[in-house]
This record gives sequence, C-alpha cells and structure tokens, in this order.
Amino acid sequence: MKNRIKVLRAEKNITQADLADAVQVSRQTINAIEKEKFDPSLMLAFKLSEYFSKSIEEIFEYK
Amino acid sequence: MEATNWQEQKKKNLKALAIWTVGWVLSMALVTFGPKFIWEDNQLFTYLAFFLNLGLGIGMIIANRNHINGLDELDKKITFDAMAIALGVGVIGGLSFSVMDITNMIGIDAEISFLVILISISYLIAMVVGKLRYK
Repeated sequence: MKNRIKVLRAEKNITQADLADAVQVSRQTINAIEKEKFDPSLMLAFKLSEYFSKSIEEIFEYK
Repeated sequence: MEATNWQEQKKKNLKALAIWTVGWVLSMALVTFGPKFIWEDNQLFTYLAFFLNLGLGIGMIIANRNHINGLDELDKKITFDAMAIALGVGVIGGLSFSVMDITNMIGIDAEISFLVILISISYLIAMVVGKLRYK
C-alpha cells in the first residue's frame, strides 16, 4: 500500500518522532509505514487521517 | 501528554514482566534444589515451593500478555511472527528430536530442557530478524 505520509510530514515540518508521539506509536512504526514495509491498522490510519486533516484515501493508496 | 502515558505504561509493563520472570526463575531454582540442599526433603516445604513457583508462573504469563497488549502495532506484529516461528520450530523440532530418541538415532535422551532452549533461541533469532526487517 502506497502512502503520502513522508510528504505530509514534510509539509507540516515535523519529525518522525513528533508524528509517532502524536499518534501513539513508536518512531520505528512511522519509519516502516513511510518505507511501505508495514501497513498500519485501520485505527492508526484513522489517527493519521485526523492528525493531517485529510481523508484516508488522500493519505493511502491501495495498489 | 497522552503519548508520554503510552510510553510510560509500556515501560511499566516491561518492568512488571521482568520482576515476575526473575521471581519465577528464582522459585524454579528453589523448588528444584531446595528439597536436597535446604529443607532435606520435607514434603510440606516442597509443596509450598511448588505452588509458589506455579503462582509466579501464572503471574508471569499475565504480565507477558499485558506487555504484548501494551506494545505498538509494529512491535506486536514482530512479536507474533516470532512466537509463530518459535511455536512451529518447537513442535516440529521437539517431535523430531523425540523420534530420534525413540528410534535410537541419537545417543542422548530427549529432555524437556532441550525443547525450552530450542524455543527460546528460535524466538530470539526471529525477534532480531523481525526488528532488522522493519528497521
């Protein structure tokens, strides 16, 4: 699954650690999602959606 | 603030697991060596040490469950993958080892301790591989 988290994070000018703290996961989890090695759960996807004020479809793309 | 609570809870869970594990290991040593070296085969003390060990073991299982529930989702996946591999290796390896013992393919007895060591090592290796994979 592709995602735009790295781009959205850059737009907000925040680090992986900042985002990890905000959505209550480890920095390694954010890193693995950005590198598309790990697909987040629905709950985490909703948290990211809420944090970036974007819909899930705007952040994730199913391929 | 919420994030800090999550990380603090994770640390607390890990600390609790460590305490229960140390207690269980020490009580295992007590029930194993106590009858011979401390209370000279007094059955009452042996029963007390046995139930202490069993109780601490149950506590350790609950602490481990709490620890896993407190992990974030990537760590949970890595842990579950490692557990699946350790279980598979334990069942397949353990039964193969037992068959080798029964059919006299090997000159040593298949002890339960070998199985515990096999499961522990395969779990540790799978955890390290999992951590490296998602690094």
